[in-house]
Amino acid sequence: MFYRENGQFKTSYAADQQIFTIAQDKWFVWGLIAFAALAVPMLADEYMFRAILIPFLVLSLAALGVNLLVGYCGQITLGAGAFMAIGAYAAYNFMVRIDGMPLILAMLLGGAAAAAFGILFGIPSLRVRGLYLAVATLAAQFLCDWAFLRIGWFTNYSSSGSVSVAKLEVLGWVVDSPVEKYLFCLAFVVVFAVIAKNLTRAAIGRQWMAIRDMDVAAEVIGIRPMFAKLSAFAVSSFFVGVAGALWGFVYLGSWEPAAFSVDRSFQLLFMVIIGGMGSIMGSFFGAAFIVVLPIFLNQFLPFLGSLVGISVSTAGVSHAEFIIFGSLIIFFLIVEPHGLARLWSIAKQKLRLWPFPH
Amino acid sequence: MKMTDMNTSPAGAQAGRRFGDVILDLQNISLRFGGVKALTDISFNIREHEVRAIIGPNGAGKSSMLNVINGVYHPQEGKILFRGQERKKMEPHMAAQQGIARTFQNIALFKGMSVLDNIMTGRNLKMKSNIFQQALWIGPALREEIAHREKVEEIVDFLEIQHIRKTPVGALPYGLQKRVDLGRALAMEPQILLLDEPMAGMNVEEKQDMCRFILDISDQFGTTIVLIEHDMGVVMDISDRVVVLDYGKKIGDGTPDEVRNNQDVINAYLGSGH
Repeated sequence: MFYRENGQFKTSYAADQQIFTIAQDKWFVWGLIAFAALAVPMLADEYMFRAILIPFLVLSLAALGVNLLVGYCGQITLGAGAFMAIGAYAAYNFMVRIDGMPLILAMLLGGAAAAAFGILFGIPSLRVRGLYLAVATLAAQFLCDWAFLRIGWFTNYSSSGSVSVAKLEVLGWVVDSPVEKYLFCLAFVVVFAVIAKNLTRAAIGRQWMAIRDMDVAAEVIGIRPMFAKLSAFAVSSFFVGVAGALWGFVYLGSWEPAAFSVDRSFQLLFMVIIGGMGSIMGSFFGAAFIVVLPIFLNQFLPFLGSLVGISVSTAGVSHAEFIIFGSLIIFFLIVEPHGLARLWSIAKQKLRLWPFPH
Repeated sequence: MKMTDMNTSPAGAQAGRRFGDVILDLQNISLRFGGVKALTDISFNIREHEVRAIIGPNGAGKSSMLNVINGVYHPQEGKILFRGQERKKMEPHMAAQQGIARTFQNIALFKGMSVLDNIMTGRNLKMKSNIFQQALWIGPALREEIAHREKVEEIVDFLEIQHIRKTPVGALPYGLQKRVDLGRALAMEPQILLLDEPMAGMNVEEKQDMCRFILDISDQFGTTIVLIEHDMGVVMDISDRVVVLDYGKKIGDGTPDEVRNNQDVINAYLGSGH
């Protein structure tokens, strides 16, 4: 009744090619951004920022990057953790080795370094695909795990093997408190989400999707597979690298190579699969599902137990958390193999017709 | 875009269509897959603006021939001259740059994308903005997107698929998918359009529509058309010259009437002894 495009006429192609062609969508997203930027800092406490919101934002950004590659270009990767590590360590080295390096520039350069490695490790995609490509990208993961542990230069010969950044400062603004860190991450995520959306609706995004859907036909209409695949690897790794730099600098503060292990790669791939492949929104849903749900269960289960008069032990909570989390993953994959984003779009479709069934 | 009246474009060579020079000349093409000879010593040429049909029984090598023309397969022997120039090592995207487009026997559309996006991919080669401009959706990227959208809408009008322009192609019925496939090839503004069984599996009305589109493309855009088709009625009606393949060999070449009366062709289709 309220959500429909009736009466919203487009009179130019520019108007028809906006990101949100339905005005209600646009208001909703502006509202969401305003809520996240203005209301959340007032409502949330420090624990919320540290444990939920900041990791959610950073991992959404990483999932977004993985989604560009896996969901849009159809090239499966298990090396996302490695590219996060490259982004983080490269940004760290730019900060440490170059005096007066601005923070944001260092992070973007970290992303650029990840993009360069992404291209390098994307080369196997020109020959192999599917599970074989996944195994080939796993090589990046093992190489990085080893390199950042064993090669002292990357960690500036720190004796403990862990590195840390002293102070985060952007043009005189010291990013210090959890709220500031949250806003800093939020700004990155919003900007990169818009860039991702632009890329996927532009010529390059169509090339990626064409390669994903039917590579022979794509080549026949003049798309160069090499350019399409490697550009997808580069852009994806750039996003993931910047997310890695945020993860290290803002969320962790000081970190060891274990922070970017193969677990992280799997986690990001699962976010994309559960959230919805080939959907910007899906990356956020996936990240929320994987980051927020376990914490929610952890907090919610003792409360639920007390309602029915059972006191749940801490160990019991963490066991139950895994069991419920696992079954929810299976449940959602059976209900909607195309991810939470598809459920979202089905809901919107239904809402357009509501209160009528057809 | 207005439709030309079909009556003004009677089919066949006798209609006096403006044939140009030879645009593509295939000389002694042989293609083998291991021990299997797909094509043996085939020579024929394609003239500008004509509708050139390739026919033959199943497994005759028709689709292989198209794949050789647009660079998917590389023949072991033989030469291909494009506008008099010999083509060296050819990849499909290079053939696309030269202006050779094709449609597929088994529809090869991009299933996850809308009709508009599918046809827009056909404009890909004409888009020059770089990835940074596209990322920020500014300047040339924005202008290109709108300019090419206008071209794509012309094709959408031409093929009469306005009502499905935003539908994902995976959700479309077969006949419409075939049309979108044609639209994507047309969006390239090709010089040579290769159609691989554009009418397979269609009912009579759909075949008539498709014939009308093919003849209109030939008339309005002057596109050279190479057509593989099993429906002999269609082939004899709309093509100017026909080449007949059987077991990878050329057994006939000429106008529809010449081919119809060729004894080898009759034997290949009906079996010898008739």
